[in-house]
Amino acid sequence: MKREKQFMNRRVILAGVATLALTGMGAGHSQAADALQQIKQKGVLTVGVKADYPPFGFREASGNIVGIGPDLARDIAKRLGVKIALVPVVASNRIQFLQQGRIDVMIATMNYTAERAKQVEFVPPNYYASGYNVMIPKAMKATSWDALKGKTICAIQGSFYNRGASEKFGLQLSAFAGVAESLAALKQGRCVGFLYDDTAIEGQLLKPEWSSYDMPLPSQDSEPWGISVKKGDDDLAAKVHDAIVDWNKTGFIMQLETKYGIKHHSPFVVKAHDDAKKG
Amino acid sequence: MSGFASFFQHLAASGIDLPYFYDSFDATRFWHGLLLTIELSVVTIAASTLIGVIGAWMQASRLAAARGIANVYVELFRNTPPLVQLYFFYFGMSTLLPTIQNAYGQQLPLLGGFAWASLSLSLYAGSFSVEIFRSGIEAIPNATSEAAEALGYTRMKAYQHIILPLAIRICLPALTNNLVNLIKTTTLAYAIAVPELLYVSGQIWSDRGNVPEMMVTLLVIYLVLVGILVAFMRGLERALRKPGLGT
Repeated sequence: MKREKQFMNRRVILAGVATLALTGMGAGHSQAADALQQIKQKGVLTVGVKADYPPFGFREASGNIVGIGPDLARDIAKRLGVKIALVPVVASNRIQFLQQGRIDVMIATMNYTAERAKQVEFVPPNYYASGYNVMIPKAMKATSWDALKGKTICAIQGSFYNRGASEKFGLQLSAFAGVAESLAALKQGRCVGFLYDDTAIEGQLLKPEWSSYDMPLPSQDSEPWGISVKKGDDDLAAKVHDAIVDWNKTGFIMQLETKYGIKHHSPFVVKAHDDAKKG
Repeated sequence: MSGFASFFQHLAASGIDLPYFYDSFDATRFWHGLLLTIELSVVTIAASTLIGVIGAWMQASRLAAARGIANVYVELFRNTPPLVQLYFFYFGMSTLLPTIQNAYGQQLPLLGGFAWASLSLSLYAGSFSVEIFRSGIEAIPNATSEAAEALGYTRMKAYQHIILPLAIRICLPALTNNLVNLIKTTTLAYAIAVPELLYVSGQIWSDRGNVPEMMVTLLVIYLVLVGILVAFMRGLERALRKPGLGT
């Protein structure tokens, strides 16, 4: 609901932006066609990435932004033969950054939605996907979600998948206000698992304190993540498309997952790689 | 589907979404939540009142140690926020207690969320009750307890049969206030995932986005719950009234 409201606000802003854009419509097309030309002239590709979402985009101790998103951005720049400039974005400003031309490409863990597709140009195919999953003790040796039936699982109050997960798999959810409380409860044995976004659980599993825990079950309700460019930047979109297709062929994203310590390859990426190999 | 449920489904379509009347999943958790709120209220009202009686007696004790313990307890629990106390007990205190190991190598705590919430809220409200009972006891003239002693009552028996019955009558209005507050404070248990009324309502409105409807529902239910308590306490006041005492 809240998300929808944000979209509505964005839509209003967008309407204003669109009106302004219409006045320069005549020149618009040639300008758009020049987007790729301009990047090559400047010699720099500016990419918006997350800087607070390990391992998909985070700052290392030196302050540099690293992660899977930034590495993908670097790869696109290399293909274009230009340098890379990374701009940290957050969910609330990333679409505006792209529309205002402050970034050329966005690789910022953004879910593909029809609503957003009206505002930015999603480059097909989607590059990643995230859903919900559960972090449980390795000793549980669970092989299917059915093993969790009737078990108490810690969760976060307000997560949109709480009800779906408890209905579908018969979980007894114990929902806390935040991640810290929920993990504290798990550590104290108040529940046998922690229900959360699979990508964020991966981040937790990298910490030594959770070494006896794992995420062995398949993610549920996965939503795809898309790379996007500004509406009309078709030449640039074509180049990014070629890059994604090539990543799927070579398994580049899976290599990056391994590089950044993700223990379970995203089934979405594995499938894309398998499909690409088949041709 | 029954006519009752289908009426509320139509009502939901028209913009007033009360899922606990037509959706079986939401209905189950909502009515369980209400039941748990009532259980939590009853348990903590009984325990905190008992704590109040014992604490007030300790405060008036001849033993300095008993007076000291009662005073420290009151200051500690009355002067700190109840949510902090709840977190302290649930996350802090329980790690100090012995645990049981389960099949997956996890250390299970002995007490669950409901037990900690009951304990914590009883101690919180109890600290106020101690002071409330003290005010009642101190309102009884010294001459009354001296008269009891002259008639051969021991201190304990005088407290039990003379002082406390009179003191309770005097402090009932203040006690009612405290217990009303206690019922409202049970909502804090949502923070440690006790599925009481606020917790389940929060789950429902984050699934459905029907925040205004659930908020109104909560307000109405607490009005009714507190109303029942107040009516009971008023009845008690009337039943216990002794002509010549107080008024």
